[in-house]
Amino acid sequence: MNYLLGAFKPACNISITFSDGKNRKQVPMKKENGQTALVPLFQSQETLSGKVCVEPYQGKKVEHNGVKVELLGQIEMYFDRGNFYDFTSLVRELDVPGDIYDRKTYPFEFPTVEMPYETYNGVNVRLRYVLKLTVTRGYAGSIVEYQEFMVRNYAPPPPINNSIKMEVGIEDCLHIEFEYNKSKYHLKDVILGKIYFLLVRIKMKNMDLEIRRRESTGAGANTHVETETLGKFELMDGTPVRGESIPVRLFLAPYDLTPTHRNINNKFSVKYYLNLVLVDEEDRRYFKQQEITLYRLKEDASS
Amino acid sequence: MIADDDEKWLAAATAAVKQNAFYMQRAIDSNNLKDALKFSAQMLGELRTSKLSPHKYYELYIRASDELRSLEMFFRDETARGCSIAELYELVQHAGNILPRLYLLCTIGSVYIKSKDVAAKDILKDLVEMCRAVQHPLRGLFLRSYLAQVTRDKLPSIGSELEGDTETHMDALEFVLQNFTEMNKLWVRMQHQGPTREKEKREKERNELRDLVGKNLHILGQLEGVDLVVYRDTVLPRILEQVVNCKDELAQCYLMDCIIQVFPDDFHLQTLDVLLGACPQLQPSVDIKTVLSGLMERLSNYAASSVEALPNFLQVDAFSKLNHAIGKVVEAQVDLPASSSVTLYLFLLKFTLHVHSDRLDYVDQVLGSCVSQLSATGKLCDDKASKQIVAFLSAPLEKFNDVVTILKLTNYPRVMEYLDHDTNKAMAIIIIQSILKNDTRIATADEVDALFELIKGLIKDFDGLTDNDEIDEEDFQEEQNSVARLVHFLYNDDPEEMPKIIFRIRKHILTGGPKRLPLTIPPLVFSALKLIRRMRGGDENPFGDDTSTPQKILQLLTETVEVLADASASELALRLYLQCAQAANDCELETVAYEFFTKAYLLYEEEISDSKAQVTALRLIIGTLQRMRVFNVENRDILTHKATGYSAKLLKKPDQCRAVYECAHLYWAEEGENLKDGERVVLCLKRAQKIADAVQKMANASRGASSTGSVSLYVELLNKYLYFLEKGNPQVTGETIQSLAELIRSETKKAESGAGTFITSTLRYMEFQRQQEDGGMSEKYQKIKMEWFE
Repeated sequence: MNYLLGAFKPACNISITFSDGKNRKQVPMKKENGQTALVPLFQSQETLSGKVCVEPYQGKKVEHNGVKVELLGQIEMYFDRGNFYDFTSLVRELDVPGDIYDRKTYPFEFPTVEMPYETYNGVNVRLRYVLKLTVTRGYAGSIVEYQEFMVRNYAPPPPINNSIKMEVGIEDCLHIEFEYNKSKYHLKDVILGKIYFLLVRIKMKNMDLEIRRRESTGAGANTHVETETLGKFELMDGTPVRGESIPVRLFLAPYDLTPTHRNINNKFSVKYYLNLVLVDEEDRRYFKQQEITLYRLKEDASS
Repeated sequence: MIADDDEKWLAAATAAVKQNAFYMQRAIDSNNLKDALKFSAQMLGELRTSKLSPHKYYELYIRASDELRSLEMFFRDETARGCSIAELYELVQHAGNILPRLYLLCTIGSVYIKSKDVAAKDILKDLVEMCRAVQHPLRGLFLRSYLAQVTRDKLPSIGSELEGDTETHMDALEFVLQNFTEMNKLWVRMQHQGPTREKEKREKERNELRDLVGKNLHILGQLEGVDLVVYRDTVLPRILEQVVNCKDELAQCYLMDCIIQVFPDDFHLQTLDVLLGACPQLQPSVDIKTVLSGLMERLSNYAASSVEALPNFLQVDAFSKLNHAIGKVVEAQVDLPASSSVTLYLFLLKFTLHVHSDRLDYVDQVLGSCVSQLSATGKLCDDKASKQIVAFLSAPLEKFNDVVTILKLTNYPRVMEYLDHDTNKAMAIIIIQSILKNDTRIATADEVDALFELIKGLIKDFDGLTDNDEIDEEDFQEEQNSVARLVHFLYNDDPEEMPKIIFRIRKHILTGGPKRLPLTIPPLVFSALKLIRRMRGGDENPFGDDTSTPQKILQLLTETVEVLADASASELALRLYLQCAQAANDCELETVAYEFFTKAYLLYEEEISDSKAQVTALRLIIGTLQRMRVFNVENRDILTHKATGYSAKLLKKPDQCRAVYECAHLYWAEEGENLKDGERVVLCLKRAQKIADAVQKMANASRGASSTGSVSLYVELLNKYLYFLEKGNPQVTGETIQSLAELIRSETKKAESGAGTFITSTLRYMEFQRQQEDGGMSEKYQKIKMEWFE
């Protein structure tokens, strides 16, 4: 039995470890099967270095035509399943063809890797980074091992960050002026603002602020647009009178947000909107949508 | 039906609150912050309902806010365990629904302030600003009420642990003021939402909620930093601004009252013009009367309770400010009912009496203002207003307990003029009763004038009001009796002033008309007679003043009583004439006395026709005449003769007989030797006996022997004889008496019984006198020889 089992088992045990694996920050990542796993976090321009350990099972040898490790950046469109598009591909040859009898360790290093895009897991598109180890074998197929990691890129606070201010209304019915303190927010930011009621002729039930994500994939005629409402935040209860101003304070932290992605490798875009919705007593909705830009601010070491 | 639904919804919401509170508590017990927040938010979500009436919503609110207390404790424990309170402060704001979010924010906010990690001011400001998000009136009111409640013990006030400098005080103040303003706005807005037909219901519901708004003012009243300066410069203007601008009747009325009740008296005193200045700016429908009345009542009590406050009242000239303000209000509110304006003046008057009891001019001023107000409305027919005026006019009476003081108030009678007839009378009686109760002396003629001006409703009929028969006779008597009693209180020991007083009284009383005169003139006459007696007793009038000699007064009385005679009260007039004659007699004024008698006789002859009345009148005449000493022989003879003549002309024989034997006394005065005419005495008695004989004869003729009527006449005669015998009339002889006695005996025998006791007592008396040892009297009786005695 043992023998038999051994025949179907991979011939060796492979592990990929990062050299700073103990200290590197790990973040949860959703896997395809829905479970989350902790994966190491990197950012662009970082050096990825580590070791690959190939350990044949006892009394076995691994014949191979070479061992290589690749760093891949892939975009996967769900409607085009199985079709990966690699926008980054780096290769390190670790061994010339030969036999491995014993546990063998190969150090590898990808210095200052350019990883311009962040890992993204959307409705219709996925962008992922992975280390792929291949032990090439002529027959019996190559042995392949993946190690995923996550990339997040930090942006400095934008030098210009105007507030969003706008007056909207329905003639002789409702006039409001709203103001959000910025147009660009980082992911843990708080949106501050005010809604001024200039004219109120309708009876309102409540006013909400929605955070919406618009993910568009593909290009041209094949463009797929998916809009999700990530959060609905009630701003006001009841009908205000003319001249009333209602405060806005929305913390972004509890929402599962990513930075705004514009035209990532001509494949997809992710944009965020604030949708101000007024609901009247007959459940009619009056709304105004404004785009905001999200970016990832370098977090303090402390947090 | 609606109430049932209300009940049902409340039950459902309460159950949900309970359930979520249970899970929240469980999360708290296991230190699960996330779940605690989740369930508390769900619990508070029940408060988002729009289905409940304010009353039921209140119940739900109380339940939920009770549960929040354990959450507050939990937050405190969490921070003690090292959880960052700033993070918690952010965390609760992640709640998606605004109402739970803000309740939680307030809860954590209060913990935050207490931790002193942050300036209380910032949190307070944040909370009060964020609460703007709830614009639904009912939910907003309760939310802000919760905010006020949880922050209350965190404001720097007396006894709180968060003592702060002036700046923190001002921050706290600003916070409360702002919360108050917003709450009031919501409260007012409630009125304007929903269908018009439910206006009344809404008003009622709003009234139930008013204390939520008013609580803020209570908090302000207890804030430590609120001293007079802050109150004057910040608190009051801000509150008033809100009150005036909200233009809502209910709110204005309630809040004005709140201001008055919540803040200390001396604040009000020092800011009187500001507070009063707001009054005319209120909505016309606001019951400003109640507001101002409350204020004045408070100030009055304040003045009454602390003497040291009084100088402050003077210093700020509270009186004229109030007076002015009331004038403004009355002016501004054209259709203010008279009763309301009078109530205002009533409270002003009470205030004045408390604070400026020494300033009669102020009191008069109030009365004057009231008059000018009433002059616009005319006479009052409104019951309520009349009642108020009575209270208004009674106030100074009660305060001073002295009508003399009232008489100095020139506007007092002018106010009374606006009362309808009945109320006027009632008021006059109140005044009189005050005099009677307090034993007030009205001691000058001018005061008498003033007093009669006040009570003229009782003194005379009003123009255009003929005495309708509806007037209850008993009440009328009662009223006039009061007036009569009053006359005796118009009194001065000074013999110069008193005649003047009499003159004035007379002047007023004579206007009373025939119905009143019989009741009011007698006290006047007696009061005058009392004066005359006193003048006689004292020195002769030292000033030689013409008006105040007894002659003059008697002259006056002649005229007065004459009026009475004209008013067909002749019997009374006769009595008064006789009284006057007696007084004249005492003053040795023969002609005057004669004059009075003449008038009395004339009255007797011309006016008194009833035989019973004649008997009574004649007795009085005889009795009076008998005591007169001033007349010379001639005058006396004339009068006596006349009286005897009247006696003989009485209708009934027994009456004739009695009158005639009474006349005998006229010839026999106790003192004065010249007035003892024994012969004529006996003549009279003889005549009387003749009449008695005639009576007897008639009696025997008509009813046989059974009648004893005349026997008693004989006995009476016998007694008269005995009297004169005792007095030493030489003409009364033993024989005469003897024969009379015989006659009586024979008549008695015939009659068998009858006037037995009278006879027996008379006889026993005679027997007794005969056996006296001392000589004089028994000697006289010895002359009578009677068989009976043997």
